Amino acid sequence: MNTRGLRSQLKDSVPVTGMGPQVGAYGVQDTLRSGFSSVKNELLPSHALELSEKNFQLNQDKMNFSTLRNIQGLHAPLKLQMEYRAARQIQRLPFLQSSHLALDTLKGNDESISFEDILNDPAQSEMVGEPHIMVEYKLGLM
Amino acid sequence: MATLSVCQTQLGGFSFENCKRNAVLEAEVTKLGCRMPAARKTGTTIVGVVFKDGIVLGADTRATEGMIVADKNCSKIHYISPNIYCCGAGTAADTEMSTQIISSNLELHSLSTGRLPRVATANRMLKQMLFRYQGHIGAALVLGGMDCNGPHLYSIYPHGSTDKLPYVTMGSGSLAAMAVFEDRYKQDMEEEDAKRLVRDAIAAGIFNDLGSGSNIDLCVITKGRVDYLRPHDMANKKGVRTGNYKYKRGTTGVLTKAETKLVLEVVEETVQTMDTS
Repeated sequence: MNTRGLRSQLKDSVPVTGMGPQVGAYGVQDTLRSGFSSVKNELLPSHALELSEKNFQLNQDKMNFSTLRNIQGLHAPLKLQMEYRAARQIQRLPFLQSSHLALDTLKGNDESISFEDILNDPAQSEMVGEPHIMVEYKLGLM
Repeated sequence: MATLSVCQTQLGGFSFENCKRNAVLEAEVTKLGCRMPAARKTGTTIVGVVFKDGIVLGADTRATEGMIVADKNCSKIHYISPNIYCCGAGTAADTEMSTQIISSNLELHSLSTGRLPRVATANRMLKQMLFRYQGHIGAALVLGGMDCNGPHLYSIYPHGSTDKLPYVTMGSGSLAAMAVFEDRYKQDMEEEDAKRLVRDAIAAGIFNDLGSGSNIDLCVITKGRVDYLRPHDMANKKGVRTGNYKYKRGTTGVLTKAETKLVLEVVEETVQTMDTS
């Protein structure tokens, strides 16, 4: 639940960039991994909510952090972000399901239920990620 | 299971993968002259009124799917918390899911604070969620309940705007119901008067609006007591058949009777266990 909704903080929100092509190592469309490119697919989102939903969590965090900075000073968001970074590292390998328990408790997600928990649960996904490719992507070897 | 060469795990929540495919399918289907299947709506009359000691919520019980009645006796008054109930109009699945999510969130919140939840909390949670989805979740709600500050009644629109009023109506039959309210509402009514007023308002919606029909459900919320009256009034009973086409026993005369006993013996018995876990 968002408790701070100040419009003045919106200037810090993530800009709506559009889908953008998936650039590979040489700055060109990475056909092997993300398929053939099509301008129509990339310029326009397929649904009005697609972009706002993709960036929703980021925008909420940015708004909350900037409000916190205005109220309590720079130290408060810095400390929180350091804790988030530490909690984000407590995870299993990328292709396995991690519970994100520490991160959820810090963010307060353990006391709320929303569509992220009900629909499209990644633990129930029918596809399994390829272990080698996902680990290589995470380590930046790809 | 199929493997997929994704680089990152999928996130939960709404997935927009099929939107483009659906748009293409819809264009093809309209070219052929057919229509896409419609979501089940609750073209509805839902009302709420504040009386002296609490809140009375009322709703009809018809759910429509285009021009067909999909459910003759659906329940539109949803439970949010022991002291808060919510009527829902609009797309049936949206109202059902939204109220269930908010009910769970309120339960977690009240466990965390250790207090009875307030109606204003439920209102704010609902309006923030509906605004986040910009009206694509078609749920128009009448939220009412009793908390430490007295009785409260809110109406919540699909795009996220809310109104706090002493009497509200929503749904396709809202104009008919509001006409009854505007004529006979008084401040600080007694419980029986309020129930009669709500019953008449819903009846006006049922008889004057195609999207509302069947029975009238009522929910009376006072301090420490909730009366969920379902059905409070069956305004539309199906007719009783007056004639019977079945022949009485003995109409046909019996000439002869021959009885043959069938001898059956158990040949084989198998037991198949079912995993009911």
